[in-house]
Amino acid sequence: MLGKLSWAAIPFNEPLPLISVAVVAVVILVALAIVTIKGWWPYMWREWLTSVDHKRIGIMYLCLGLLMLLRGFSDAIMMRTQQALAVGHAQGYLPPGHYDQVFSAHGTIMIFFVAMPLVIGLMNFAVPLQLGARDVAFPVLNSVSFWLTAAGAFLINVSLVVGNFARTGWMGYPPLSELPFSPDVGVDYYLWSLQISGIGTLLTGVNFVTTILKLRAPGMTYFRMPVFCWTALTANLLIVAAFPILTATFVMLLLDRYLGMHFFTNDAGGNQMMYVNLFWAWGHPEVYILILPAFGVFSEVVATFSGKGLFSYRSMVLAIVGICLLSFMVWLHHFFTMGAGADVNAFFGIMSAIIAVPTGVKVFNWLFTMFRGRILYKTPMLFAIGFIVTFVIGGLTGVLLAVPPVDFVLHNSVFLVAHFHNVIIGGVVFGAIAGYNYWFPKAFGFTLDERLGKASFWCWLIGFYLAFMPLYLLGLMGMTRRLQHIPDPSWQPWLLVAELGAIVIFCGILCQIAQLYVSIRSRERRRDLTGDPWNGRTLEWATPSPPPAYNFAVLPRVETIDAFWEMKRSGQSRVEPASETIEMPRNSPTGFITAFFVVVTGFALIWHIWWLVILGLLAAAITILVFGWSDDRQREVSGSEIAQTEQARSGLGAPAWR
Amino acid sequence: MAIATIGAVPAELARGHGGGPAPTRIVVAYGFWIFILSDIVMFSGLFAAYAVLSGNTAGGPTGPELFNLRNVFIETLCLLLSSYTSGLGALSIEWRQPGRFLIFAALTFVLGASFLVIEISEFAGMVSKGAGPSRSAFLSAFFTLVGMHGAHVTIGLLWLLYMVAQVVVKGLRPAVLRRLLCFSLFWHALDIIWIGVFTLVYLMGVK
Repeated sequence: MLGKLSWAAIPFNEPLPLISVAVVAVVILVALAIVTIKGWWPYMWREWLTSVDHKRIGIMYLCLGLLMLLRGFSDAIMMRTQQALAVGHAQGYLPPGHYDQVFSAHGTIMIFFVAMPLVIGLMNFAVPLQLGARDVAFPVLNSVSFWLTAAGAFLINVSLVVGNFARTGWMGYPPLSELPFSPDVGVDYYLWSLQISGIGTLLTGVNFVTTILKLRAPGMTYFRMPVFCWTALTANLLIVAAFPILTATFVMLLLDRYLGMHFFTNDAGGNQMMYVNLFWAWGHPEVYILILPAFGVFSEVVATFSGKGLFSYRSMVLAIVGICLLSFMVWLHHFFTMGAGADVNAFFGIMSAIIAVPTGVKVFNWLFTMFRGRILYKTPMLFAIGFIVTFVIGGLTGVLLAVPPVDFVLHNSVFLVAHFHNVIIGGVVFGAIAGYNYWFPKAFGFTLDERLGKASFWCWLIGFYLAFMPLYLLGLMGMTRRLQHIPDPSWQPWLLVAELGAIVIFCGILCQIAQLYVSIRSRERRRDLTGDPWNGRTLEWATPSPPPAYNFAVLPRVETIDAFWEMKRSGQSRVEPASETIEMPRNSPTGFITAFFVVVTGFALIWHIWWLVILGLLAAAITILVFGWSDDRQREVSGSEIAQTEQARSGLGAPAWR
Repeated sequence: MAIATIGAVPAELARGHGGGPAPTRIVVAYGFWIFILSDIVMFSGLFAAYAVLSGNTAGGPTGPELFNLRNVFIETLCLLLSSYTSGLGALSIEWRQPGRFLIFAALTFVLGASFLVIEISEFAGMVSKGAGPSRSAFLSAFFTLVGMHGAHVTIGLLWLLYMVAQVVVKGLRPAVLRRLLCFSLFWHALDIIWIGVFTLVYLMGVK
């Protein structure tokens, strides 16, 4: 009746996950109780859970990413502590089987449920506003995407308390991830949660490519698009081209595990190297799916806080597109040691080094934008400068690793771990935090506290260097990655420094939580009544903060790059909103309900509860069929309603610049 | 200085090149094409796996022993003809003749279902000969690639029934027209993928 599920699935003998889940459960229950007591459910349902407004969905993505950051970070602290303690005769506090789950969950969560939601959330919030559009191309699909991502995140957290998680590392390489070597549900949790969230991500890609190519404001040619939109376009093209490969690869591994097929098995002609190739044919573009939008955020931030247009916009766009194309030609550098031979390795080594060229172009673009600019050292700008310095170091160690003979020495060492954390924290995470600080006033109508923001920046920056520079040294000293026990006591001092770094980063996260709390408490003082707190350059700042649901009462007409800057410069006056009606999408519970049934289906698949699989799939299908039947998806916003909204916000749209 | 925005957009600019949001019909069809492209990328992963594993028969039956080109040819004819009738159905929609559309939809359905029946009987025959998907890596890749296409055809047939119901109940209103457009894009894309399967798996497989 319940498949493989029984009481034995609950890890009563491992207090650590049970206690942490109990704490999280209490927090969630308290939050739900507050919502219930205060009677906020109708509001939550109407304005958030069923919302198809790209701004709301973006905010929900960011909330998901930040929550999961806490989960992924607690895994990181656990690993750092274990490695700092378990030296020589000491065994630390995490048994190997548990430690393996922790590092697998850390990687999986940080990539799929932290970095991706943060980046997609920023794109959701900012891209339609920057394009001068009223929403994305397919608003309900957007909501489906978000809820599928949340469904995957939910499933992966269920593995904490019901069953276990994969012990295979975040790549899930076979044959280790095959049934004979991972017979329990851990790998199934990994595969199904990533399949579910992966479909959500793919639909986001389809949605945003269409939005950017088809819904730009009148006059916004490609070379007038803000750089963040360019990076969003390329990132979403990469999603469309790369995520289906991951889906296909996981389908094959699932068939091996569920139907006894032989794609990647040791026997009957399976080929493990094919998994590695296919995984990284997705995995390397994925790196750029994450970093390109971060580059976009930095381009906006650097231009805005230097008070200048971006230096050499066209070379920046070419560099972005170049990286997008090159990203599909370097995947083999993730496994130089697998034995593809010298010629193949040389080709991929050279291609990998070439990617540094467009990236270098960008670094100079940012530097020359700042050169002779009037730089305002606000929090987003600090993260941008910290990023430039840190990312160059990470890029240099990357070029080092792209040399195959060097890679043979450093492969699988913590030097590699230091390298990719260097580019992901210094690039993607700094970019996400910069974007969060930059667009927060647009989203909520008040600015974030600068003092705590700057404190969080210094903690993140110093903590990062303390945590990861020792790993470069340890890698050169021969320490391999994923060690549950440290055999060589001479490594311990550096591991203690790394532990200290993780604690400093934790202080940075605490500063951010405090920043959010303090800013909300003092929001009346921090109101952004102008809609343009940073003297911005792109169209999102032409709306009041927060923008009305329809973004623009009258679609802006764009004649240059940095359209809003040009409007301010030439002193165009506000035009009274036309009295026409606007068609806006109606809210829809389709995404939430579908994702609910998909979670049920995923859970049933993991535990082999076949009747529930059929029920869940049927219910999800019916939900989609019901939506597919509906015609009444648009709501007409009448001219008088627009006039009222605009009137109410007219105080918010007054000019602030000098 | 007052805040900037803009006058009304001239209609010719709004419709023209680089001139503002495209009409819903274009946006929907374009987005659906992008989705189909992603689906084709997914198939390309399965094609790659088949190309790598097609020789790994692990001592089991090989392609030439299993494939019956006559059946596959009939199968192919059914699918290509169903694309043709689906195209005629789309034309009837253009001419706003729902009656003719229903006839062509029925033909499309019958041809698509015949394709599926032949495929399923081929699969059943192979399994009964001990050449099931867990026999060897070659057969895993074969069943997955061909079966994934078959699953798409099945979904397409269900979608066709759903669209027929919409045409009958709702008539040819704009939303239904857009959905029909997406369906026919989907159905033709299945043909494109089948051409790949036919060539790579069957024609090259019997050599």
